[in-house]
Amino acid sequence: MDFGLSEEQELLQETLRGFVSKECSASRLREIFDAGVGHDSSLWSGLAEMGFAGLNIPEEYGGAGMEILDLALVCEVLGESGVPVPFFGHVMASLALVQGGSDEQKSRWLPSLAAGEKIASIALCEAEGEWNPEQWQCGVKGGRVFGSKSFVPSADVADLLVVGVAGGGLVLVETEAEGVRVENLDGIDRSRPVFRVEFDKAASSPLDAGGDVARTVSDAGLALLAADAFGAASRLIDLAVEYAKTREQFGQKIGQFQAVKHQIARLALDIEPSRALYWYGAYAVEHLPEDGARAAALAKSHITDRALSAARAVVELHGGLGFTWECDVQMGFKRLMFDRGFLGTPAVLRDRCAALAGW
Amino acid sequence: MDLEYTEKYQAYRDEVRLFLKGWPLAGDAADRPDAAGVFRKRGIEAGFVCRNVPTEYGGAGQEPDALKDAIVRQEFYAAGAPGDLTSQGAGMLVPTLLEFGTEAQKKRFIPKALADEERWCQGYSEPGSGSDLASLQCRATLDGDDYVLSGQKIWTSNARQADWMFGLFRTDPSASKHAGISYLLVDMKTPGVEVRPLKEMTGGMEFNEIFFNDARVPAENIVGKPGEGWAVSRATLVHERNLIANPNMMRDTFNDLLDLARGVEIDGCPALEDRSLRQRLVEIEGYVRTGETSSMLQFTAGVRGEPLKAMRPMMMGKLYSTDTMQMIQKCAYDLLGAGGMLAPTSEDVAGWGRNVTATGWVEAYIFSMGPSIAGGASNIQLNIIGERGYGLPRDMRPPSS
Repeated sequence: MDFGLSEEQELLQETLRGFVSKECSASRLREIFDAGVGHDSSLWSGLAEMGFAGLNIPEEYGGAGMEILDLALVCEVLGESGVPVPFFGHVMASLALVQGGSDEQKSRWLPSLAAGEKIASIALCEAEGEWNPEQWQCGVKGGRVFGSKSFVPSADVADLLVVGVAGGGLVLVETEAEGVRVENLDGIDRSRPVFRVEFDKAASSPLDAGGDVARTVSDAGLALLAADAFGAASRLIDLAVEYAKTREQFGQKIGQFQAVKHQIARLALDIEPSRALYWYGAYAVEHLPEDGARAAALAKSHITDRALSAARAVVELHGGLGFTWECDVQMGFKRLMFDRGFLGTPAVLRDRCAALAGW
Repeated sequence: MDLEYTEKYQAYRDEVRLFLKGWPLAGDAADRPDAAGVFRKRGIEAGFVCRNVPTEYGGAGQEPDALKDAIVRQEFYAAGAPGDLTSQGAGMLVPTLLEFGTEAQKKRFIPKALADEERWCQGYSEPGSGSDLASLQCRATLDGDDYVLSGQKIWTSNARQADWMFGLFRTDPSASKHAGISYLLVDMKTPGVEVRPLKEMTGGMEFNEIFFNDARVPAENIVGKPGEGWAVSRATLVHERNLIANPNMMRDTFNDLLDLARGVEIDGCPALEDRSLRQRLVEIEGYVRTGETSSMLQFTAGVRGEPLKAMRPMMMGKLYSTDTMQMIQKCAYDLLGAGGMLAPTSEDVAGWGRNVTATGWVEAYIFSMGPSIAGGASNIQLNIIGERGYGLPRDMRPPSS
């Protein structure tokens, strides 16, 4: 019984933190935010060179064969700095391919996805929040997909989409294929832009190796978003602490006032212990089939809900500055708005937790 | 990360379970008033109870192994069997003496505390010294071979049942606030020690105030050196906070809340089918599960000898658990409806908030505020988290301190 990280896992986070602090400063992120492009290709190729694009892809296809928990640890660090790369959609899509793809599909795509030369993403949601396989209407006829998906992350840079279709199955669609139209939805989180993708008889190939791939990939995604939110919220608390230690009013550091100190301590209390919650969710989703789905949903609903509340308080703690575009807080805040909504809001996931418990 | 137990520990768990077949005691022995004590003694001999206390002080003297500790705790808890006492004597004094006591003190006091033959209370708070405990004024003046005690302690749980008290007294009024304090062991039968009960808002009478009128305590009853009492008491306080931050209790109480929600109705349907209640329950469970997993994380950090890696969650443990318990109790109270106007029975009060009758929940609703105050009130915990956990500047203190 050991509920802690391995040395390799600690090193993974340390390495990534080193890279991110060097290559993705807050000012670099702000440039991306200002420009609204949502993607830093040099960051992505840097990460890919270090092997991050293929972390969860089996070694035989050129990846590192790591676990969901390892991916979650990466997401925590990416969340801390709001790193503008297509990692989340890419690993969700590769998870689906690894689990549901035929040997031929895997050999065709996984090596280039593992190397980061090709980018994949995942198209699940329909309309304003229909994330569940049983809600999907996108049709497939004669291998051609028609219909529309919303909130598809990084669809503008993706080469390959894993698309959820009516009946709960998944199909592969190349974005270059005829009949695929990508439209920017102007998402709030400019580090991970989202798109609507229309399919008009686009060529596809089904992922039908069996199993409930759409569900297991979604559950893994919940754990990853919980991790991302934990990272983003932890950084926001650090920013609040830093500000309270330097900002002076009434002749003293504001962090010396108990009103401020206690407010920050309460935020930390709401976030810091939940590191263990996302670890558990990410571990359980892979290793504890009887509890995995519920653990991931509980972690995602709890952490994103608490994190976004914390983020609002951090804005207020920064006073007028906190309300500006210039203040770094807004970027983390918006990262959390994505984490909260993607794959289901806390209320939707809590319904699911209650149902899964048999209440 | 691996949540499975290895074969060695599975085997140990089997050993513990086999031993626990002996509880309850067989036949008529089950009804003996000292049944728990008899079983506990067997547990010590078998190596499962008081595992980490050396045999010469009445413990089982086993090699330290936190995983085995955890297995024993889980299995004894599941069987409802009497394991390690969580009294103030066994839970707080014993670890403190093991760390700071003289050989004579360990031999004299530890065995009887473990066997529950001598009961202990804690003499810390005073009428003028609550959160600012180090301002305490109770005096202990050295006179020959004795300390002479004068002053008052308050909020002392179980003082009327206690044979002994461990407490903090000012031995050097000229030294600075923290440096003038010593940790003394006081026989409650000493002439000049007077205990008066205080009634709590639940109707219970656990609390007492204690008056010292020139009570004489042998100087050898000091733990640590004169003036070291503050440091010694910090160690005790850690043990107290660990006793309060108990994730099993959170989960059990949450399960009780679910049972309550199955049994009462909202608009003619079981409350558990009500969407807003289900949302609230899952929200609370988010905290419960966080408390459980965070305590696993802290536990592993301890087993690996890297407790500093879990410093922040450790600091937060007490407040996290008392806040969560309050959330659970508030939700339960909302389900009681008009029943929430009833007073708890004396059995409810004696059950310390663990009775799952309607009035038991009323008692629990009130009782849940107690742990938030005891062992360092929540506002103090927030100071500790802010200052020591996150390096925020300390509060302004008067220049004299």
